[in-house]
Amino acid sequence: MKEITLPANTDSIEAVTHFVNEQLEPMSCPERTRIQLSVAIDELFGNIANYAYVPEEGQATVRVETEDNPRGIIITFIDSGTPYNPLEAKEPDTTLPARQRRIGGLGIFMVKKTMDDITYEYKDGQNILTVRKNF
Amino acid sequence: MTIAFEKNGTTLTVKPEGRMDTATSPELNQRMQPELQGMNAVIMDLEKVDYVSSGGLRLLLELEQRMEECGGSLKIIHVNSYIIEVLDMTGFIDILHIE
Repeated sequence: MKEITLPANTDSIEAVTHFVNEQLEPMSCPERTRIQLSVAIDELFGNIANYAYVPEEGQATVRVETEDNPRGIIITFIDSGTPYNPLEAKEPDTTLPARQRRIGGLGIFMVKKTMDDITYEYKDGQNILTVRKNF
Repeated sequence: MTIAFEKNGTTLTVKPEGRMDTATSPELNQRMQPELQGMNAVIMDLEKVDYVSSGGLRLLLELEQRMEECGGSLKIIHVNSYIIEVLDMTGFIDILHIE
């Protein structure tokens, strides 16, 4: 298990993606999966950066575990910001015409669709969101 | 972010490079605004875009809404399979003109 703690802002997303890609490299992760994980990191860390502490500043921790059987990765996002369970957000209506569409909830919707498992808990003052992707 | 702009009459072609995500989309949006003045057709050429996240979708949606409102058009071209997958799962494939 490896972890990284950085400022919870959008500038950190690149470093988090790089950190996760480093763990994936020796695992023969398919490109499509790697991109789905990059998008998930962008959405989940981006949400922390944009909402968890604003207008204050804070930190976030990303923890990575890899598994062999089945081969996969587990990424956990931890912040001490405002308690918020993104899994409770209303799913966007993807059938609406352009002029009625909104972006809210789309990020977590995409993460739910592409990851194999996603769980949330609030514990000891921390939001803890975990995604699992097997490949 | 590297972005190429090309104007042909009232048609603007925008060709960004890299990712259209949370970090890069605000800059792309900001740099597009002055180029959009007086244009009634926009082509987003995504040949050099690796993938999009909801930040990129927001940009495309707002552009589509803007062009619909003014009676103009938006066309998205050269999308790779990863982008198509995102557009499909979010229903954007039905509301954007994709070639």
